Amino acid sequence: MPLGGIIFITVFIAVFGTFLIYLARWTGGRAKRTSNAKMEIYECGIPELEKKDTKVSVKFYLTAILFILFDIEIIFMYPWALHFKEFIAAGAGPFVFISMAVFLAIFIFGLWWEIKSKALEWD
Amino acid sequence: MINMGSTTLEITINIIKTVLVFLMMVQLVPILVWVERRGSAFIQNRFGPNRVGPLGLVQLLADAVKFLTKEDFVPDKGNRFLFYAAPVFALIPAAIAYMAIPMSTPLIVGDAKFLIQGFEINVGIVFILGISSLAAYTILMAGWGSGSKFSLMGAMRASAQIISYELALGLSIVGVIMTYGTFNLSEMIAAQQGPLTFTALGSTTVLSFLPNWGIFYQPLGALIFFAATFAESNRLPFDLAEGEAELVAGFHTEYGGFKMLMFFIGEYGHMMIASGLMATFFFGGYGIPYISVQEMYLKLFELTGDAGFANILNTVAHFLSYNVKFILFLWFFIHVRWTLPRFRYDQLMDLGWKTMLPWALVNTILTAVAIFVAAQFVL
Repeated sequence: MPLGGIIFITVFIAVFGTFLIYLARWTGGRAKRTSNAKMEIYECGIPELEKKDTKVSVKFYLTAILFILFDIEIIFMYPWALHFKEFIAAGAGPFVFISMAVFLAIFIFGLWWEIKSKALEWD
Repeated sequence: MINMGSTTLEITINIIKTVLVFLMMVQLVPILVWVERRGSAFIQNRFGPNRVGPLGLVQLLADAVKFLTKEDFVPDKGNRFLFYAAPVFALIPAAIAYMAIPMSTPLIVGDAKFLIQGFEINVGIVFILGISSLAAYTILMAGWGSGSKFSLMGAMRASAQIISYELALGLSIVGVIMTYGTFNLSEMIAAQQGPLTFTALGSTTVLSFLPNWGIFYQPLGALIFFAATFAESNRLPFDLAEGEAELVAGFHTEYGGFKMLMFFIGEYGHMMIASGLMATFFFGGYGIPYISVQEMYLKLFELTGDAGFANILNTVAHFLSYNVKFILFLWFFIHVRWTLPRFRYDQLMDLGWKTMLPWALVNTILTAVAIFVAAQFVL
């Protein structure tokens, strides 16, 4: 693994980006507080009303949980897909095929259940 | 440094190479912005930027100067660290994932062999998918760090969209992995050399008028992959992270100047990853159609009579071939942006979960059945 190269370039980009931000701050200057309203967050011309911790829909949380479930199931397919042809060549084709069919049936049932229980309805 | 080469010279060159690939990526962004503005202008029957320099080409420099003179603004309610860190972190996943894509045949100078890519990883696909999905974190950092409700809601929307389409993206690649039986992108490209060859039911069919590209094995997978990458890089018709009417500018509402530009580099970086992967998975990567790497090398060797020089020419030719495909896909991204209307958010999520994910599943099952039947039974 070329781990050294990855670590090096990560640090390089972080330093590069920080340098750009400092360069822009140096040439453009920090924002001067000519009034308190200037330093407020964007609002359509009225004083800001919302607190910082705006409430967001719980739907996003649900989507994230479902994503994790399905993503792990998809990641399980990767090693199987990688060695599928080798297994067939070794004569174990029906075994890997049927075992993955069972796994996929559970996956499809999960997806069907998720759609049926209206976990994905946005309103 | 681990495994970056055996000699000091090799290690130095490999490190400089990663920096070069990164700078190449950053340099491509202003050109793409220019192409996008100019191209969109022609699509919409306007002129676009044409005042600064010939054809408006120096517009990019003028923009950079403008960015440099902007005041550095942090909102009072924002979290200063996250607000500054988000644009820096937006650069990292895009750049590192792009480096794992091979851009040409290895360059051989004397005994040393240099790969034309940032670094080679034998689990390239998994690495690229894993790293590029870190982009969701930078978006959430920007949304939370701004301390603004528009930013936060835009960030939630953008990250929910990215993770939803990641399922279809990840599943559409399963068919590709099954077809080639490898995670290594260079091996994948090597498998796509020569004319189209189907081996099924114990007999081999050669269609010599077509190259041996992945799109002929995985047409449905290619379609789903490409559509999902549009959502991954927040491009139209899936750019629901922004919305003038309800979200202002989404997660970068409070950003301006260079910080905004860095988000742009991240977004265009994801477009580049998508284009590079599309070329690698489905269109033969750096391969030139109708002629394999070895044949090209032999032809160049006959022409020049010098093995070293022929190798360099071979690398250059394949690099050009890769870039033609790469740039065509980038242009396709831009063309789609100015052609299709955008979705509504519930339609977007429905498309991702209820249409693209099941079709990606169908693609996986069809591929598995086809490979199984083709190998198991002999007519």
